Amino acid sequence: MALLEINSLSKRFGGLLAVNDVSFQVEPGQIKAVIGPNGAGKTTLFNMISGTFPATSGTVTFQGRELKRQKPFQVAGLGMARTFQNIKMFSGMTALENVMLGRHVQSSAGFMSSMFRMPWTWKEERDIRDKSLELLALLEIEEHAHTDAESLAFGQQRAVELARALALEPTLLLLDEPAAGLNIYETAEVGRLITKIRDLGITVLLVEHDMSLVMDISDEIVVLCFGEKIAEDTPTHIQRDPEVIKIYLGEE
Amino acid sequence: MKKLLSVLPLLAVVIGIHFLTSATDTMYYLTQMTMSAYYALLIIGLCVLMGYAGQISLGHAGFFAIGGYLSAALTTRNLIPFQDTALVGLLDSAGMLLSGQDLYGEALLVVSPWAASLVAVSAAAVIAVIIGIPVLKLKGHYLAMATLGFGIIIYRVVLALEYFGEADGISEVPAFVLFSGLSVSGNFSDRVQNYYIAWGLLLLGMVLLLNLIDSRVGRALRGIHGSDEAADAMGVNTSRFKLQTFVLSAVFAAIAGVFLTHYNGGIGPSEAGVMKSVRYVAIVAVGGMAHLWGALLMGVVLNFLSLRGVFGSYDDAVFGLILIVIMLFAPNGILSLNLRHRLKRYLRQRKEDREGEA
Repeated sequence: MALLEINSLSKRFGGLLAVNDVSFQVEPGQIKAVIGPNGAGKTTLFNMISGTFPATSGTVTFQGRELKRQKPFQVAGLGMARTFQNIKMFSGMTALENVMLGRHVQSSAGFMSSMFRMPWTWKEERDIRDKSLELLALLEIEEHAHTDAESLAFGQQRAVELARALALEPTLLLLDEPAAGLNIYETAEVGRLITKIRDLGITVLLVEHDMSLVMDISDEIVVLCFGEKIAEDTPTHIQRDPEVIKIYLGEE
Repeated sequence: MKKLLSVLPLLAVVIGIHFLTSATDTMYYLTQMTMSAYYALLIIGLCVLMGYAGQISLGHAGFFAIGGYLSAALTTRNLIPFQDTALVGLLDSAGMLLSGQDLYGEALLVVSPWAASLVAVSAAAVIAVIIGIPVLKLKGHYLAMATLGFGIIIYRVVLALEYFGEADGISEVPAFVLFSGLSVSGNFSDRVQNYYIAWGLLLLGMVLLLNLIDSRVGRALRGIHGSDEAADAMGVNTSRFKLQTFVLSAVFAAIAGVFLTHYNGGIGPSEAGVMKSVRYVAIVAVGGMAHLWGALLMGVVLNFLSLRGVFGSYDDAVFGLILIVIMLFAPNGILSLNLRHRLKRYLRQRKEDREGEA
């Protein structure tokens, strides 16, 4: 069974059909990429999957369960984590604190037990910290754990953002243009981290502009153009697909 | 535990002030220090809402007034005429009523301060939920205006209702006996114990809020402040956390209102005024928004100066001016200016200049 099933999903903004009858599946353990030129509807598609806004029609099924009107925080609780195109670090918090916040759904201390420091929260707090440090180490930025997250280099912020998303212990990770704003070295680095994440058994669905990254790491690629799916295949086949070439390189 | 230790120096200062005033025969300062501590209790609660969760409220004097006015009215309004109603009977059998005599020797039946304060604080919490659910959907200026509207409504309600004493407010509010021998009252002989009750309560509130900030909930609140959308994606139920923080700060304000009203022996409509709410926001801003210690320090110092009458009849104007100056020159609060560091740098610079000339 597919981990994520997108079934004839459409989104209409007034007169604009941003996403038109798109269907595809994401199998467990794979890295799947959605590519397409600007305005192809990639981010709109993402926002519908993560619950930012509802679809006009069609369904999203995650782990065999149809998502209906769930808010983003509820979708996150189901095991779907996401990152943002323009990295959203929590300002005034260290890299470690950012990742610790990612443990939110895996912990439960509320207002009263936090204010009164109930003994059972001590262990939870320690576990949150240990697990977060582990994740920073996994993404190779543990030396910046206590640095203010917003003052880190862009590539490092990307790694913190990935660690933060992994802290949710997601089964599916949605990455919105993980290479946006990065130079080629940082892009290669992020690509390596993403495969490392996939090797942990976490399924990855990413939206991307950067062809080199997508071709290197993806198992399968969906191509969107003006809201419609025009191809879905492995990277090698996509590279030879005449229609995809036409979109990306223009007609001869 | 660490949080408990961090307030110990402050406890030492509190005891130190007591001995200093007693040695210099200036014990009358303790009265304003007591009142300032209660105002500071409201301010640290508001600091968590504004500085950490990032939600402004220009209506917190309203919650203070709900606490103070309800407790005052319930403990002073005679229930003798309603003696035979089911509700009064029920309260009586629950042991929540006190009987006595008024100034003219007439029989008096009122709600006991314990019960009244519980009702007052619970009412503030319930009203905070009812107001908070629709209002916290708003952001920035819109939230400020909506909470301002709430504050104005409370102000007009206490002015309009005879039950709340209209323009005169409520006086003759009895002492609030916490335990036998320990009571919140303005009696001259209780001055020292009231100083410690107020500061004990403030320090307790401070420990609780410091704990809260450095916890799962605190991180979620700071996350909401940083980016609503990203916190949402982390699984934080942002609207629920905002609401809970709003209610928490309203409860702090109401508790402050209850205690100060019993201490002063009364409450007047100015406590519900919009300028009071503006003042609280100004003090949180001076303290540095996301800075509990700054809020506590400024809450005590500025209220103390105001209560001592240092600002004279320009009292409200001074707080307005403070708000403008802070926004212009130190938007992150007085403590962010790091005056000691600047002074050192200035002195070093001057020394170097002089050596350069020589």
